Amino acid sequence: MSGHHQVTEVDPASVTISAKHGLWAKLPIIFFCLSGIGIGLTLMGGFKSHEQIKQFYFSYLTAFLFWLSIGLGGLFFVLVQHAARAGWSVIVRRMAETLIAPLALFAVLFIPVALGAHDLFHWTHAEAVAKDPILQHKAAYLNLGRFYTFAAIYFVIWGGFGFWFFKRSTQQDKSGDRQLTRKMQIVSGPALLLYALTVTYAAVDWIMSLEPHWYSTMFGVYYFAGSVVGMFAVLTLIAMAARRAKVTADLLTVEHFHDLGKLLFAFTVFWAYIAFSQYMLIWYANIPEETAWYAQRWPGAWRKISVMIAVGHFVVPFFFLMTRITKRARLPLILAALWMMVIHWVDVYWLVMPTLHPETVHLGLTDLGCTLAIGGLYLGFVTWLWRKHPLIPVKDPRLAESAAFENF
Amino acid sequence: MASEKLYGALAEFDTTASLFSACEQIRDAGFKKWDSHTPFPVHNLDKAMGLPASILPWLVFVMGLTGAGAGLLLQWWTSAVNYPLVISGKPLFSWQAFVPICFELMVLFCALGAVFGMFHLNRLPQLYHSLFRSERFARVTDDKFFISIEAVDPKFDKLDTVELLKKVGATHVELVEE
Repeated sequence: MSGHHQVTEVDPASVTISAKHGLWAKLPIIFFCLSGIGIGLTLMGGFKSHEQIKQFYFSYLTAFLFWLSIGLGGLFFVLVQHAARAGWSVIVRRMAETLIAPLALFAVLFIPVALGAHDLFHWTHAEAVAKDPILQHKAAYLNLGRFYTFAAIYFVIWGGFGFWFFKRSTQQDKSGDRQLTRKMQIVSGPALLLYALTVTYAAVDWIMSLEPHWYSTMFGVYYFAGSVVGMFAVLTLIAMAARRAKVTADLLTVEHFHDLGKLLFAFTVFWAYIAFSQYMLIWYANIPEETAWYAQRWPGAWRKISVMIAVGHFVVPFFFLMTRITKRARLPLILAALWMMVIHWVDVYWLVMPTLHPETVHLGLTDLGCTLAIGGLYLGFVTWLWRKHPLIPVKDPRLAESAAFENF
Repeated sequence: MASEKLYGALAEFDTTASLFSACEQIRDAGFKKWDSHTPFPVHNLDKAMGLPASILPWLVFVMGLTGAGAGLLLQWWTSAVNYPLVISGKPLFSWQAFVPICFELMVLFCALGAVFGMFHLNRLPQLYHSLFRSERFARVTDDKFFISIEAVDPKFDKLDTVELLKKVGATHVELVEE
């Protein structure tokens, strides 16, 4: 009724970052430089002692899982939008697509994890497994041959779908072919099934098996829930950046930010629901091999991180993001998104690091270095795509619907 | 029937678009005690009418806190005070076990608060309304759109208000008694 946008034709050049956008056009260089700084910081950590090498592998795994989760969250978002034939999200979908296009990069970034498997995963120690009936029992699954094979399958699926959806969507920018929308919708269904399976198995392989005696059937969903929270935080920030750089042809409105805020809020609650469900069942049953994992994170130094996550990943954002005021105002939403990124990183750190340092919390330069190194490289590629392709799917058949979207 | 009090003026419109622009003009004319009536929800009509945001979300929020608090209190009193019973060696006040019930009661209180709060804010149940005196008003459940302005509105004037309603596009205007 009021203020509907009439989208007839969006000039692709007007929604693509180019040299005239100043600093925004230099984002790839800036991120690649940050990556270089990260590598420098990591090298400063040293590789002389076995301690330092182990520290590197664990810090690297944390950073790898954190940035991978952003890409995987993006893949989930894109797949669900296609499966649901969503209209409102078309304007922000391309931004998420730039997050998933470079997913194949993580196959290369996985190499240090593969090389460090022996330092990361206790179950790779043949002599320890030989003395351990539980690990012998699990050896059919927890062995390096399967570990590498499955990892290869995950990356083929993630990298393949990431590239495929990005490719089809950007093809449509040129041809305007409506059949591409239909094709993507058809593929999104089976892709979601494969996505759910691979993310679950990957979380088990790369995080849960750090403590090979421990198991939780909810663990895959826990990593997934955190991933989607992290991704919505990043997507909100990207949308804010695109708005600031004026590459949205004024189609991106407060209504879209309101929805991104709602999804950030919803998945924060979903994460808390999963986190608490996993905790409560283990607390209730009180079986030693299950409680060991929480026992490591409650007494001692890790207790304050556990409390920080409960408060910072749920209680505060829950009340903060509940009202529509914070979701429709720029600064509160930016702050919330930045905070959720930080606390999601802390969450991943809390999943990985107690295996290396059960007694103390060692937040060091290596952690920062690895996070910068991988994040800079990843976001460098993401922002490089912004210069090659429009940040809005200019010929998507549902673009007008998305532009006219309003919350009631 | 000179003894009957006047309820207000009722104006009929044929389309949502004419109703929409009429609402905007009535709003801008400064009326406070008035309402619009449609057979189906018309999006953004609340903005055209200049209605403030509903207080219902706050009501639901308070009900949610009440529900969660009541759930906690109930479980604390039953399992730690009135009938203390050690279960699997856990403390009498084990908040972890109480969370699901607090959560459920929060949802229940929120839902009840939302539904009955909505009833209350809509002044329901209401068995009689003056507008039902108008025969034409029956079509509000079918294909017509209405604006009613109450006589108690300080800006209301028998002649001027009817004139205004005609000016903003009403196809028919009538005065309704209480």
